[in-house]
Amino acid sequence: MNGTQTAVGSGAERREGREKVTGTARYAAEYDFPGRAHAWPVPAAVARGRVTAVDPAPALARPGVLAVLSHENAPRLAEPEDPTLAVLQAPRVPHRGWFVALVVAETPEAARAGAAAVRVTYEAEEPDVTLTESHPGLYVPEVANGGQPAVRSQGDPDGAFASAAVRVETAYRVPPLHNHPMEPHASTARWDGDRLVVHTSSQGTTPVRSVLAAMFGVPEEQVTVVAEHVGGGFGSKGTPRPDVVLAAMAARHTGRPVTVNLPRRLLPTVVGHRAPTLHRLRLGAAEDGRLTSLVHEVATHTSRIKEFVEQAAVPARVMYAAPHSRTLHRVAPLDVPSPSWMRAPGEAPGMYALESAMDELACELGLDPVELRIRNEPDREPDSGRPFSSRHLVQCLREGARRFGWDGRDPRPRSRTAGPLLIGSGVAAATYPVMVAPSGAAARALPDGTFLVRINATDIGTGARTVLAQVAADALGVPLERVGIEVGSSDLPDAPLAGGSSGTASWGWAVHAACTRLADRLAGLPGPPPAPGIEERADTTGTADAESPFARHSFGAHFAEVMVDTVTGEVRVRRLLGVFAAGRILNPRTARSQFVGGMTMGLGMALTEGSTLDAAFGDFAESDLASYHVPAHADVLDVEAHWIDEDDGRLNPMGSKGIGEIGIVGTAAAIGNAVHHATGVRFRELPLTPDRVLAGLLAHERPAGTVGR
Amino acid sequence: MKSFAYVRAGSVQEATEAYAAHPGARYLGGGTNLVDLMKLGVERPAALVDVTRLPLDGVEELPDGGLRIGAMVRNSDLAAHPAVRDRYPALSQALLAGASGQLRNAATTGGNLLQRTRCPYFQDLTKPCNKRMPGSGCGAREGVHRDHAVLGHSALCIATHPSDMAVALAALDARVELYGPEGARTLPADRFHRLPGDHPERDTEIRPGELVTGVVLPAATAGPPSLYRKARDRASYAFALASVAAVLHTQDGVVDRVGIAFGALAHRPWRARRAEEALLGAAPTAAAFEHAVDLELAAAEPLRDNAYKVPLARRLALDVLGRLAPPATP
Repeated sequence: MNGTQTAVGSGAERREGREKVTGTARYAAEYDFPGRAHAWPVPAAVARGRVTAVDPAPALARPGVLAVLSHENAPRLAEPEDPTLAVLQAPRVPHRGWFVALVVAETPEAARAGAAAVRVTYEAEEPDVTLTESHPGLYVPEVANGGQPAVRSQGDPDGAFASAAVRVETAYRVPPLHNHPMEPHASTARWDGDRLVVHTSSQGTTPVRSVLAAMFGVPEEQVTVVAEHVGGGFGSKGTPRPDVVLAAMAARHTGRPVTVNLPRRLLPTVVGHRAPTLHRLRLGAAEDGRLTSLVHEVATHTSRIKEFVEQAAVPARVMYAAPHSRTLHRVAPLDVPSPSWMRAPGEAPGMYALESAMDELACELGLDPVELRIRNEPDREPDSGRPFSSRHLVQCLREGARRFGWDGRDPRPRSRTAGPLLIGSGVAAATYPVMVAPSGAAARALPDGTFLVRINATDIGTGARTVLAQVAADALGVPLERVGIEVGSSDLPDAPLAGGSSGTASWGWAVHAACTRLADRLAGLPGPPPAPGIEERADTTGTADAESPFARHSFGAHFAEVMVDTVTGEVRVRRLLGVFAAGRILNPRTARSQFVGGMTMGLGMALTEGSTLDAAFGDFAESDLASYHVPAHADVLDVEAHWIDEDDGRLNPMGSKGIGEIGIVGTAAAIGNAVHHATGVRFRELPLTPDRVLAGLLAHERPAGTVGR
Repeated sequence: MKSFAYVRAGSVQEATEAYAAHPGARYLGGGTNLVDLMKLGVERPAALVDVTRLPLDGVEELPDGGLRIGAMVRNSDLAAHPAVRDRYPALSQALLAGASGQLRNAATTGGNLLQRTRCPYFQDLTKPCNKRMPGSGCGAREGVHRDHAVLGHSALCIATHPSDMAVALAALDARVELYGPEGARTLPADRFHRLPGDHPERDTEIRPGELVTGVVLPAATAGPPSLYRKARDRASYAFALASVAAVLHTQDGVVDRVGIAFGALAHRPWRARRAEEALLGAAPTAAAFEHAVDLELAAAEPLRDNAYKVPLARRLALDVLGRLAPPATP
């Protein structure tokens, strides 16, 4: 078309911004249908065993309580693919906090009081929730998360390591982490005969519809799942979670609309977590820093009911040229809650370990860590041998170094102080795969000259509505204001979820296709389309999911400056600067938020966040936002995100890669490396809280064998 | 849900009478902790006696140079009060180190003193806790206890008191004013909270029905200010891993007045009497500080996972004492 084609690339404001800041945006728990009831789950109070009896009487005797559901009386559901959704179907308790009953009542307060009154008795067994590198339950799975092979090997990594001129053998630990979006997992469900309508906080309602239809035995056409506004997900709402099944179950059982709004305290055990990862790395290099051997082995846990393997050794298959390599995952099923996706699964913990080990290697070699990475830049993807569609890691490192002022850096540890503070800086690389999935979309030209794009994309706070309207406007060749957009309902054309940093690429591709078709049709019309308008649809199945001969990844570089208080071991990040190469940036305003948000979450992973599995009780000790420490504003002093414009024609019609996750990848390594530079102490377990850092500082001041504390 | 009566008291007398008239009542201040505990089911009061309208919201200069702080003065207001900032900086610093801006705007002086431990086992009805349910056991001892006590804990309880403010009050020799069925009385701030012993369910020495009406600070010593320092997991909105409040005065080259209190090490603000005794009459040197602080912390009995608190508290104390000592000290 002959439009201006300027919408993409502009910093258009979020379309729903006003609704959100004025409180009129409605979230899943806020659909107050007439007669709505509320349900509150009862979490298992043992970590392993089975329920022997559920006595609902004390709960049913309470005012306002409508029903108590448990495995003894809950509707039987078809077995779901995801075992975490088989709620109230069997007496088995696979982990502490597993839901064993559900109380439905007139008000949330009555439901909560009812839940406290249900008497559940158990046959308890001794739980095992502690992952160690030598856990007898560890095995090598067939695949890790994302269908990635669990093991890849090239050449003779052990032999090459043994004969390498310079060797680093090291180990890192990342604790369990939780996504904790602002909006808890919540669903409101109502049945009208055999028709089910659900409002849920989800990253993608097309798959939720499929799951509910299958579990409740109704055709998909009779199920509508809506997620109009979602207060964050970070992976934890990527697939349906128990709340939506419980809401639909309780609504069917009581004949009333039912809301399940999970309280914060129940989230850590039932909505997934990033599993802990124990990393062992061996890097062998020649004197000039070129890697000869790269071994990254990961041990992690999963639950007894579901195999989820955090694919933390996978980024090592992408990053550096090494003729000999091995990447391997092992997993131990424990009596723990089921882990799941959390922002950059695999890459976030994996790149922490790999990029920390690369820093150790740079120190060992006496080589600048930026230069070490440049020397190991591969010309093809190391694991697959495929050419990269585009790879600008070196440019990110150089641009970041220039902006950060890296060149004047004294590489010696403990070379900068300010009173009791040690100052240091560190660098780490980032990578995230380009993923894309088929999607449908519809575009309609209306008689008044405006357009309406319809697609079941989900805006989980990223700005998806806004960016898709921009894509549509340019494809139609019309001003952005003339494009309306509807997202967030499974009644709209099917679309994949907002996950894997693939939403914009997947949805945008279909929107672009539908709008291009519509524009072509309109070009043959003399005037505006007659009522009710003209619609074109697109489905990118077969194109978006076609196998690419190229290795497609985003890359980036993080630079961090930290100060470490030698009195307390407290670490603060003074500056954090990221440069990313992630294809074409479609909206700099929302993209910056994504990058800065990811980096801030990476800062939390480095310094403050961690969930502690309680070996005595089997659940996570941190169950609220006062104890699970996401960074507060005071922790985030100066975060800058920049990007390099990439022109990559091997991606999708927009030339975009995906930006939701790469910001968290490598951040923790850059901060950890900066802490090493500041202190001369290499910390190998996250988070870098004062207890750990102080212990390291004390050991550094007074090595083992000397007296004092 | 559990319904409860709500009474808004207009005077101290009314408040204590309402409390007496409603068995199972609790006084309600800012509600920043009590309401949370009610939601969790840890507190199940039969009645709330709202004391936020009591005329106890002023900070009053006393004839002897001291300061009386009404129990209803909000934490934000107290931290910002010019007299507190000028004469009792440790108190202002401690208040500002606590919670978040929003919580400080709501929390009261009396409520801050009476807040409960944040031990996760205390807050979780599905787990044992001798403080919440006497005789049920202590989940933290074998469980997760990185944040727990290293001093003065008992076989029954290893919880810490979470307040920052109370630590400063203990070091500053404040007194807590109480009014109850038996009339008015005062307690030294550092004896207001208890050690757990055999009765961890009792946090303080307060008697049934007694209301905190105020806090009195003695006249501040002329000379160098007091200081509060806190170590924590994040820069804001995190409880202390360890903290210290101190006031130090020297005359003719020797210490003639000293108050040191640790936070987050015990079931109450830990007044370091042994350290103070060692310092009184001594020259304020680094060696004297180390000797005194080590003497105090020798009593520490760390648990499996919180031994770091001892060196952390030691370094905090030495840092604060070093900064309070006169610069001319040889």
